[in-house]
Amino acid sequence: MILAKIFTVSQVTYYLKNLLEKDQRLQNIWITGEISNFTRHSSGHMYFTLKDQSSRLRAVMFKGENQWLKFQPHDGLEVLVCGRIAVYQKNGEYQLYVDLMEAAGLGSLYLAYEQLKNRLAQEGLFDQAKKKPLPQLAQKIGVITSPTGAAVRDIIKILHRRHPRVDILLIPAQVQGEVAPQSLVEAIQLAGRLRELDLLIIGRGGGSAEELWAFNDEGVARAIASCPIPVISGVGHETDFTIADLVADLRAPTPSGAAELAVPEIKELRKKIMMSAKNLKFSFFRACERKRAQLLRLTTHPALKRPERWLLSRRQQVDEVKEELLRYIQTTLEKKRKLLLVELGKLDALSPLSTLARGYSICYKEEDGALVRDASEVNPGEKVKIILSRGQLLCMVEEAKKEVMG
Amino acid sequence: MTENLMEKTFEEALVRLEEIIRKLENGELSLEESLKLFEEGIALARHCNLKLDEAQGKVEVLLGIEDGVIRTEEFQPEEE
Repeated sequence: MILAKIFTVSQVTYYLKNLLEKDQRLQNIWITGEISNFTRHSSGHMYFTLKDQSSRLRAVMFKGENQWLKFQPHDGLEVLVCGRIAVYQKNGEYQLYVDLMEAAGLGSLYLAYEQLKNRLAQEGLFDQAKKKPLPQLAQKIGVITSPTGAAVRDIIKILHRRHPRVDILLIPAQVQGEVAPQSLVEAIQLAGRLRELDLLIIGRGGGSAEELWAFNDEGVARAIASCPIPVISGVGHETDFTIADLVADLRAPTPSGAAELAVPEIKELRKKIMMSAKNLKFSFFRACERKRAQLLRLTTHPALKRPERWLLSRRQQVDEVKEELLRYIQTTLEKKRKLLLVELGKLDALSPLSTLARGYSICYKEEDGALVRDASEVNPGEKVKIILSRGQLLCMVEEAKKEVMG
Repeated sequence: MTENLMEKTFEEALVRLEEIIRKLENGELSLEESLKLFEEGIALARHCNLKLDEAQGKVEVLLGIEDGVIRTEEFQPEEE
């Protein structure tokens, strides 16, 4: 009987472990694959499976390594990992211990950027409603950037060109490298505590995506979002869109652009005030004109303007009454006249003139005009006047006879 | 009125000035009210101009805050 050597499970596993871990090719190996069954344990370690069309490989990335990840791994993500293959003795399984992980395709930085952007967007950090209005005329502007380099010089130059009297407080910060995010956060928080600032510019000049990376930091984004002072960002070039740009109250394409947007051109502003003052005078003038026109309307009202017209109409009334009165008087007079004529007719019948016409005559003494009715009233030689129907006779009495006839 | 005019920021003064112009244009005010607004408007325009001259154009660099006191010094950008 051949007694074969009998091994324990542990011994075989240990043997395999040594076999694998001795192979240098497996100890520093780059592998590409798709993440599936991803879990992050409460300890902070990440467990997942890397797979391709035909095979699977168990993998773990410990907290010590994964804390440096800029993006959040998830199922379905194509990654490029670097690590070593080893055996997990307890389960007797070989697995990949991941040291580095990069997102395939888009690149890790981009992925981290996208993920943070989506997360902050969902939190509402980019909402337009959260944007603080910029002051039209900032008196004192905080500038957070590197105290060296072209960006700070450009910002100061442009601010003072547009508004020579604006006060500028530079709050120096590291704008690239490992310490940059923390440095920026501290500067922003500091600026937020300075009540005298009414606007903040955060920026840096152009650079590579990695050099601008601090402006994609979550802490920096949150510091900007909670800064009580309105913030203008101006990072890199026109084409660079950082998270800081998205969360800032206003994004400028460049640091110089931020300075342009920060203050109005003082000349423009003076012009605007002058225009306003002009408009004020003009509109006041017009308001006065309207009042004047109103007054004119009232004063030229016929009742006030031509009092004599009123008088004329009254006079006309008087005239009319007068005329009526006159007519009344005339008709009355006419009636009376006719009446009179009738009476006169009657009177005519009794007139001595008609008696004279019948051949009688009247005799007066010439001396005293006394009517002579009796022949004895005159003496011969006296002169008498005899009134005939037509004409009169002046006579000398020759004889006075008492008898009527003879 | 003068007191709270001095407290107004540049924007507030400008906004009030525009509001006054609108009111005057509307033409529903009494002459006395118009005159009062006009005087206020003139004062606002003057105030705005003063505000433009208020700052001094200083450029300082923040050195730090100690016990709530801000320490700064004049900033001299290095020459190119």
